Amino acid sequence: MTPTLADYLLVSGILFTIGLTGVMLRRNIIIIFMGLELMLNASNLSLVAFSRYHLTAVGLPNYSGQVLVFFIITVAAAEVAVGLAIIVALYRARQTTHVEDLNSMKF
Amino acid sequence: MAASIPWIILFTPLVAAGLILLFGKYSKPLSAGLAIAAAGICCVLSWWLFGQPEATEPNQFYWIQISDLFSIPIGVTIDPLSQLMLVVVNTIAPIVFVYSLGYMAREKGYWRYFAGLSLFLFSMLGIVLADNFVMMFIFWELVGVSSYILIGHYFDRDSAAKASKQAFLVNRIGDFGFMLGILMLWAVTGTVVFRDLFTQIPLLESQGVYLVIACVLVFCGTIGKSAQFPLHVWLPNSMEGPTPVSSLLHAATMVAAGVYMLARFFPILDVVPPAREVIAWVGGLTCLFAALMATQQDDIKRILAYSTISQLGYMVLGVGVAPTWDIPMFHLFTHAFFKCLLFLCAGSVIVSMHHEQNIWKMGALKNKMPFTFICTIFGALALSGAGFGPIGFSGFYSKDLIIVWAVQNAPILGWIAALTAGITAFYTFRLLFVVFLGGPRSDAAKHASESPLVMVIPLMLLALPAMGAGWPFIERIFFHVVEPEHVPHFVHYVLFALFLGGLGLAWAFYARAEKDPVSIPLFAHRFYIDNVYDWMVKNIQGGLANLSNWADRWVVDLLVVQTPSKITWVCGYVLRFLQLGNIQAYAFFFAAGVVGLIYLLIAR
Repeated sequence: MTPTLADYLLVSGILFTIGLTGVMLRRNIIIIFMGLELMLNASNLSLVAFSRYHLTAVGLPNYSGQVLVFFIITVAAAEVAVGLAIIVALYRARQTTHVEDLNSMKF
Repeated sequence: MAASIPWIILFTPLVAAGLILLFGKYSKPLSAGLAIAAAGICCVLSWWLFGQPEATEPNQFYWIQISDLFSIPIGVTIDPLSQLMLVVVNTIAPIVFVYSLGYMAREKGYWRYFAGLSLFLFSMLGIVLADNFVMMFIFWELVGVSSYILIGHYFDRDSAAKASKQAFLVNRIGDFGFMLGILMLWAVTGTVVFRDLFTQIPLLESQGVYLVIACVLVFCGTIGKSAQFPLHVWLPNSMEGPTPVSSLLHAATMVAAGVYMLARFFPILDVVPPAREVIAWVGGLTCLFAALMATQQDDIKRILAYSTISQLGYMVLGVGVAPTWDIPMFHLFTHAFFKCLLFLCAGSVIVSMHHEQNIWKMGALKNKMPFTFICTIFGALALSGAGFGPIGFSGFYSKDLIIVWAVQNAPILGWIAALTAGITAFYTFRLLFVVFLGGPRSDAAKHASESPLVMVIPLMLLALPAMGAGWPFIERIFFHVVEPEHVPHFVHYVLFALFLGGLGLAWAFYARAEKDPVSIPLFAHRFYIDNVYDWMVKNIQGGLANLSNWADRWVVDLLVVQTPSKITWVCGYVLRFLQLGNIQAYAFFFAAGVVGLIYLLIAR
């Protein structure tokens, strides 16, 4: 049995939900960060799946989706570098990575 | 070369004023010398220019030019009218400047005074030379400014500060009308240059009522500047300035600018009889009322100020009834000399009385100040139009001419003007008798002495034209006056009888009076016009000020400014409770927002 587009999208949706749940519920900022990455990769997965299943007239995959994935991976790498740098700076300043302790920007 | 002479005449006084402002502080003779030299140069050049033919080519450059539709040139006009006015202004100005040497010798602000006089001369010459309405209006306002500076010369005196402010503000009312009139004319013809306006008279004539309104609005400028009823109140108060200023500005030249402007505008007025009727009535009533007010004043300069208003009324009446501009300008010409003379005589009296201006504190000055006395007699005879048949003083020729024209073209006004001539004789000789005859009424009067030569010589120089400026052979050099044809000869007898009557009444009441035997509060209080204006300013203007204050406070400040600011503040206050400081809450809001948006997109 070959997997259909719906199977890929289901997996992608599950991954996205796991990532979102992590972002929402976990308190450690590094875990939240990992959740974010998971959400990005879930969207990558669905993009690749769309690319594979929407063939062009001559039978080739639609490469636009795959190119977009490369862009997301590139940008995500840069984002990880910046994000981790911020977290390190934050830890040096506040000695914590717990988001509940980082609430001084409120009214 | 000849084309640049008017420009030299125009700008010499301005250069002098600038130099006096820069360096005059350090030397009294320098400031006076610069001013007198500038006036002298102007005088010589003006007389030279008078002999030149009328310039037919435009002598101008463009100040503002926006395509062909709108252009404002700055240019000079040389025609008999401006040549004449240049001679009048620039002959009187040096005499008054020299006289000022004596009058201001011990006063403060010497350089300020001479700089002001030079600036005034520049502005006045600008009006005279202007070849278009906008340039005239600019200099018109400059004259207002220099008048403001000079009336407020003793600015540490409250009354002087108020008088200068009043003069400026009252003039502004008239000037506003003047400006509207200019714009109305421009809207039809697309030009403000006199020369071009006059070529478009047929087009203007076809405008009907519009043109009448425009002309009356232009005349508003004259009402303000020449102190016609109802804007005459500033002129008597402007007597707070030094007496030579009153003499030059508020009697001889500046206030005549309004009449000059009407004369300049005459070709258009000529085709608008209704506007000339308005002008004639304003002039005639002004001349009567001002003369009545003059009969009951006690301040020597105020009497002369009201007489100036009255005489300006004659000139304006002349514009209204005469067939050419020569007739009002003839009166302007003679009036400039004799009124300047009378003011300078008053100044001479005031100086020797140690700045006492109440005529009831004077008396018996005829032996102590013989030259001033004789010159005042000349001035008084000229002002009251003494003369009969072919012989008379200057005022006789010009004033009678206006009166006979008025009798022919507007009989009611003619007889009002004739009656006013009698009143003029009465108040003029009242002044003369009270000041110079009778017994001394104060210590200052007992110890008065003749003024210095530098003041007496200008008096004598002016006494000659005061006597002779109207003689027919002199008149023919400057004017082309015509006598009306249908006036009965007895008018001249009536006028002479009125003169004698006024003189006799003045003699009967005032020759030996110790205090004023006549008391007419209505005249003494100037028909209560000043009080009416005070009331108007206090109630109407004050009420409007209160109203706009209310509107500013409650409509602008509260409704327009403060309400939106309060609303914004409250919204901000509410919204800042969303700032939880919890990053996951923000993430939740964000996700919920995205879900909401997707829902909206799909559900649509």
